Amino acid sequence: MIINVARKELKSLFASPMGWIILALLMLAFGSFYLQGVNNYFDVMSGSIRPAERVGVTIFVGQTVYGIASFLMLFAVPLLSMGLISGERKSQTLPFLFSAPISLAEIVVGKFLGLIIFLSILVAYILLMLSTLNIWADIDFGYLLSNSLGLILLAASFSALGIYFSSLTSQPIVAAILSFIALFALMGLDKFFGSQPNHWFGYISLMKHFQSFSRGIIDSKDIIYFILFITTFLVLTIRRLDSDRLRG
Amino acid sequence: MAEATLNAFDLSRQFGSNYAVRDVSFHLNKGEVLGFLGPNGAGKSTTMRMLTGNLAPSQGSVKICGIDIMENPKEAKALIGYLPEIRPLYKEFTVNEFLSIAARFHKVKSSYVHRAVEAAKDKCGLAHMSNRLIENLSNGYQQRVGIAQAIIHNPEIVILDEPTVGLDPIQIREIRKLIKEIGKKHSVILSTHILPEVEMVCDRVQIIDKGNLVFHGSIEELKQHRLGNKLLIGFSKPPALSKLKSIKGVEKVEKDEQGMFVIKFKEKYLPAEEIVILASQENWGLYHIAPHITSLEDIFVQLTQVQTLDNQIPEVKKT
Repeated sequence: MIINVARKELKSLFASPMGWIILALLMLAFGSFYLQGVNNYFDVMSGSIRPAERVGVTIFVGQTVYGIASFLMLFAVPLLSMGLISGERKSQTLPFLFSAPISLAEIVVGKFLGLIIFLSILVAYILLMLSTLNIWADIDFGYLLSNSLGLILLAASFSALGIYFSSLTSQPIVAAILSFIALFALMGLDKFFGSQPNHWFGYISLMKHFQSFSRGIIDSKDIIYFILFITTFLVLTIRRLDSDRLRG
Repeated sequence: MAEATLNAFDLSRQFGSNYAVRDVSFHLNKGEVLGFLGPNGAGKSTTMRMLTGNLAPSQGSVKICGIDIMENPKEAKALIGYLPEIRPLYKEFTVNEFLSIAARFHKVKSSYVHRAVEAAKDKCGLAHMSNRLIENLSNGYQQRVGIAQAIIHNPEIVILDEPTVGLDPIQIREIRKLIKEIGKKHSVILSTHILPEVEMVCDRVQIIDKGNLVFHGSIEELKQHRLGNKLLIGFSKPPALSKLKSIKGVEKVEKDEQGMFVIKFKEKYLPAEEIVILASQENWGLYHIAPHITSLEDIFVQLTQVQTLDNQIPEVKKT
């Protein structure tokens, strides 16, 4: 059942121009940053004479592309997630889902999964694009995979939060703005506590946990953090929908 | 009594301190069309939302073929097809795409999805609209898609909330025909505020007003309400009221707005013949004599107003 809901959601994303436009724009952005990264590599590396200053092409280009990808997801995900539930509220299609033999959890997880599949197209695209470096260089695939995993977990966290805000309102735009603000705050939490790197408040920052992935480290601590983050917001969404049924 | 596919026990729903629906109990027999009648805001839609598990009742329970919808929502919901008042259509999809989604959501096996979609389109006359976007369909066709969506998984019970609202007379006739057709194989609950519709389509009717069930019975019982002991008589040269009153068995004589006489007579008397004889003898110019049929609207008003006047439920008819 979850798969059926995800399929429907994916179809919905591709049935509107929004999905295609976001996909195209992001790919354009990633492509141009990739190109710039490759160009800059030669300029910068020819200037750095000491071996300690030199970094591999994977890290140099990867940092640029994954850095911008995580930043752009901040804008793209709220736009994609905004309609997931509030759109259905607006067009009064929720009864269709509620009266079908599907549980609320299946509806929410299915919608979440649909969005993740959509976003993983982008992650796979970046991975493929960076892999082309392998044609003339010997690149570090482990680094790319760790970054991809980090990016997908980050995007999944954004989506979970986006779905929750989408379930609160019947105005997709309001949902998008709210989730963008919330994500922006969560991303930058560690910046507010820059002087105390180990403060617990900084620890909830999404970016802090993405950073270890972007260094090529897969830490179970960070994976658990993301999974907890996702679960929390999905459960909140299910509860929000359940209260619809109870309160009317 | 026939096998009941749906049972509602003392359903109540409160919004704040207001009762939208109060202690409504009824059942639906297999293969019958039950009309759910009531003015706007009477609690029809609220009841339907509770029956389909879209809204949790404050008190009471609903059993679908013996399965409690609160305890086993998935099993119970699989047996229901529901078309809410505002049709839940994903307008960005084509008819085929939407119906396939509906079939899959209702647990139709993937190898049967195509067949189920074709069958539903066939029943609802949508075959030539297969690849049109729902957005571009006319109101009537969108409604058909809504109904197709509700019957696609061959449910035991089909619940339709005001299915003919906003359609033109030809579409209404077609939809009614379709509902009758569906009623042959499935049990149907149909809500409406249009009385003739109930008479045309339904086997049994219940009237709800302000959240309470005020009438519950077969269409024939409703019709009996209409045929009171009354005659409607037209004279071109009307006599004095007292003359009519003196006829044996006549209880009350009234004149209506069109100048016709409404004669109420005692039970077991039928003064029609005497009136005709008298009229021809005295040359009253009799041009119309027929049993006076209270319109359904009047019954409706009667039933719902008794309710508001003494705030008591009149004797609910048992079937």
